[in-house]
Amino acid sequence: MKKTHIVMLVCIAITVAVLLAFMGKVTTYETIASAKEKQGKTVTVIAKLDTATLYYDPTKNPNYLTFEAVDTLGDRMKVAYYYEKPYDMEKSERVVLKGKMENGVFEIKKKDGILVKCPSKYKDDMEVAKKNLETTSN
Amino acid sequence: MKYIGENLLPGKIGHFFIVLSLVASLVATIAFFIANKQKLSELKQSWLNIARIAFLLETISVVSIFIVLYYIISHHLFEYKYAWQHSDKKLQFKYLLSCFWEGQEGSFLLWSFWHCVLGWAIIWKAKKTVHKEWEAGVMTVISFAQFCLATMVLGIYFWGNKVGSNPFALLRNEMDAPIFQKADYLNFIKDGNGLNTLLQNYWMVIHPPVLFLGFASVVVPFGYAFAGLMNKKHDWIKPALPWASFSAAALGAGIMLGAMWAYESLNFGGYWAWDPVENASLVPWLTLVAGLHTNLIYKHSGHSLRATYFFYIISFVLVLYSTYLTRSGILGDASVHAFTDLGMNWQLLLFILVFLLPSLWMFFKQYKTIPTIHKEENIWSREFWMFIGSLVLGLSGFIIILITSLPALNKIINHFSFLKQIFKNTFAQPEDAVFTHNQIQIFVAIIIGILTGFSQYLKYKDTTKEYLRKRIVLPIIISLLIAFAIVVFGKVNYTHKGYGFMIAIHVAIFSSVYAIIGNAGYIWTALKGRLKSAGASITHIGFGLILLGILISSGKKSILSWNKTGIAVFEKTEQEDPAENTTLFKGIKTDMGKYMVTYVKDTFNTHDRKRYYEIDFAPKNGRKGFKIYPDIIKNNKGEGFTPNPDAKHYLTQDIFVYITSFKNDDAEEDTTDFRNIETKVGDTIYYNNGFIVLNKTTVNPTEKKNKYAENENAIFIDMNVVSKEGSSFAAYPGIAIDYKTSSLRHIPDTVLAENLIINFNKVTDNKQGKIEIGIKENKSLTSFLTLKVLKFPMIKLLWLGVIIMVIGFLISFTHRMKQMKS
Repeated sequence: MKKTHIVMLVCIAITVAVLLAFMGKVTTYETIASAKEKQGKTVTVIAKLDTATLYYDPTKNPNYLTFEAVDTLGDRMKVAYYYEKPYDMEKSERVVLKGKMENGVFEIKKKDGILVKCPSKYKDDMEVAKKNLETTSN
Repeated sequence: MKYIGENLLPGKIGHFFIVLSLVASLVATIAFFIANKQKLSELKQSWLNIARIAFLLETISVVSIFIVLYYIISHHLFEYKYAWQHSDKKLQFKYLLSCFWEGQEGSFLLWSFWHCVLGWAIIWKAKKTVHKEWEAGVMTVISFAQFCLATMVLGIYFWGNKVGSNPFALLRNEMDAPIFQKADYLNFIKDGNGLNTLLQNYWMVIHPPVLFLGFASVVVPFGYAFAGLMNKKHDWIKPALPWASFSAAALGAGIMLGAMWAYESLNFGGYWAWDPVENASLVPWLTLVAGLHTNLIYKHSGHSLRATYFFYIISFVLVLYSTYLTRSGILGDASVHAFTDLGMNWQLLLFILVFLLPSLWMFFKQYKTIPTIHKEENIWSREFWMFIGSLVLGLSGFIIILITSLPALNKIINHFSFLKQIFKNTFAQPEDAVFTHNQIQIFVAIIIGILTGFSQYLKYKDTTKEYLRKRIVLPIIISLLIAFAIVVFGKVNYTHKGYGFMIAIHVAIFSSVYAIIGNAGYIWTALKGRLKSAGASITHIGFGLILLGILISSGKKSILSWNKTGIAVFEKTEQEDPAENTTLFKGIKTDMGKYMVTYVKDTFNTHDRKRYYEIDFAPKNGRKGFKIYPDIIKNNKGEGFTPNPDAKHYLTQDIFVYITSFKNDDAEEDTTDFRNIETKVGDTIYYNNGFIVLNKTTVNPTEKKNKYAENENAIFIDMNVVSKEGSSFAAYPGIAIDYKTSSLRHIPDTVLAENLIINFNKVTDNKQGKIEIGIKENKSLTSFLTLKVLKFPMIKLLWLGVIIMVIGFLISFTHRMKQMKS
């Protein structure tokens, strides 16, 4: 066997090992109910923000945000996030949350643990555009 | 119904040119294909002429579509959906072009435009060089790619399937709203939806064109490889080589301009986040650079031709795949900036397959006949180590793209029920997505840096050990010393991810310094400073600088706005409670590490719809301070705000500030002064809405440790503010005195709910325990902002590296182009 072939095999073996290690680290998409069952395990939940429960007071603590999230099955959970409130979070149509359930609260300790999906921001969503059009036409 | 006031002519012209471009590119494809197959030179020439005319028509069409669309946008013809959706009348002139690439249609056109330019460059070059016979083959591929791109903007339904999305579609045909039942509906559409505020940035005017030039140019090396397989001839590697350099330059510059845009105007606080959209453009660059190196290997030693075929094919396929990822909406839950779905998913998939399948089929069918050398590579040869480098780059790209493809994997799992049963779940990003990439890619950086440093000293085929030893030892020693100095004196101690990762960073710093020194040394000793032929070495120096800049600026990136005032939600450790934000009240100095920071004022600029905040940084050591002006743009699409960071650039570091939340109350100006009251502990003092009880004084209280420094003595007064409504608030104003200089510093406290600032002014009579308290009652206290302040040391190295790398690639490009003439 050629030396280059040996190098290739070694590299491929490393790649496979790296990818297997990666697959061990990925989180899974869960519903709120199944996230509650998996206490202490980092999971990803897609849910809707209940704007009425949003609490963020930067004058008291700019690094603390809590709210309740509801998923499509109607389950509800408390969420705590230790960074600033993402801009326009109130207007999100859904939020992608990555964290773990601890003592009944979904704790998010990474900055990128909240991904806000806004219908209008950065994207051309025609639904919102349509609303704008209807208001301008009135 | 007959509509009033519509200007339909531009749209009709636009439609005509779209159809013409579709037909012309198809004719060009066929004619170039036939010309490529013709053996007789006369016939070949006449087919070539037909093909060139078709390609000229195609070019005219694409340019015309551009002009018409520009006319529609710049004249605010809102009867066209594209103009209405992506622009408005208030838009500044310089951003009119950005409207093109806010939508998918415009960015496809941009791509198409660059194919035209590249196509003519190839036709023109082919006449002048010895590699004439490759024109027809390469142009077949480019013309066909043009045909595919033309279908993307076609906007016609075939058997119920939408083919492409037309930029000249009329608003009233695309949307179902009651106003379109009025013949004079245009009178009611006063303005367009506007360009997204994030794209109203000068980087966004230049980043997309350069990036798309990069994407478009990958078709050229692919075209040569494809033509090579069609013609079963392999001498295309010479003319393809400069184009691969050019492509690496354009794509590299495009990606890094995007990184600069992110750094300058996005608010994740950095230039790279391993976002799927970023990864999707990086991976083709990695495989292309791998292909460029195997191409060189084949040219000089006859090895690695198969690898070159593979890398060039896969690079273009990866460009198409990244198009699919970013435009299909599949990344919706994984990326912060992908396009939304236009309902063209199957078309985008087909775009990949139509290039992938034939090229792979030909590649494997001819695999055995592609020349290869059965003799083993010498371990003392340049080609051996270059090949390993290419392999590592390729595998690095492979790993990144697989991780990035998780959402695509989910889609496949959801599509097949048996897979659903096996996996049970769909997969999301790991908890620490960024570190997942970093901990893999740091090893790639180490290997590539070291290979870059020494492989140039090796000669193709064989190198005498004596020669190598003489040349290689000195650069290693110098690099070790420099890297040691950087790590020790620069204090690169990134321990957040454990000591293993910190050591990996240190090794990577050596490796990147070695890449720089090794190649600088090579220019000096082996090339005797002849820069014209030093393209590769210059590129490598740039690459080394990029690595070094990334390692230092990210490894030593620090957050200056550690919150010291907030209430600890739970026990604080850096890991558990990052506390990255600090809130500033207007006019009140706040302690931030080396600086005292004040939110001075804010002003609204009607011209660009931005509110600028003036933040004053006063260094505690008495040096000259500076001001930073981050801003907030009011969004035009829907409601809401977008923050825009600002940075103070120094040669050795950037201080980077962005606003994470804010509240303005312009009604009241800050005019009131402190009211000073002499009192003593145990007394009660009054303010407008209640009274304050002074409970006791404490000297150097441990629970207030974060408010005063090691070398200070601090006295705090424990007081209760009781409002008329009966609410009670605790307040602890204090003073701190420096041991040595005996300079005095006030530590005021605020009670927001009561709009109170309480200052402990001084001790007036020590014996009787008399003290002076200052009280300020002010409505303007309600103006505050929360910000994040980051420090990026040596980030200039990264940008410098990018510039040098691109220059290096371009030197190689021109140098090799000249070589072909002879």
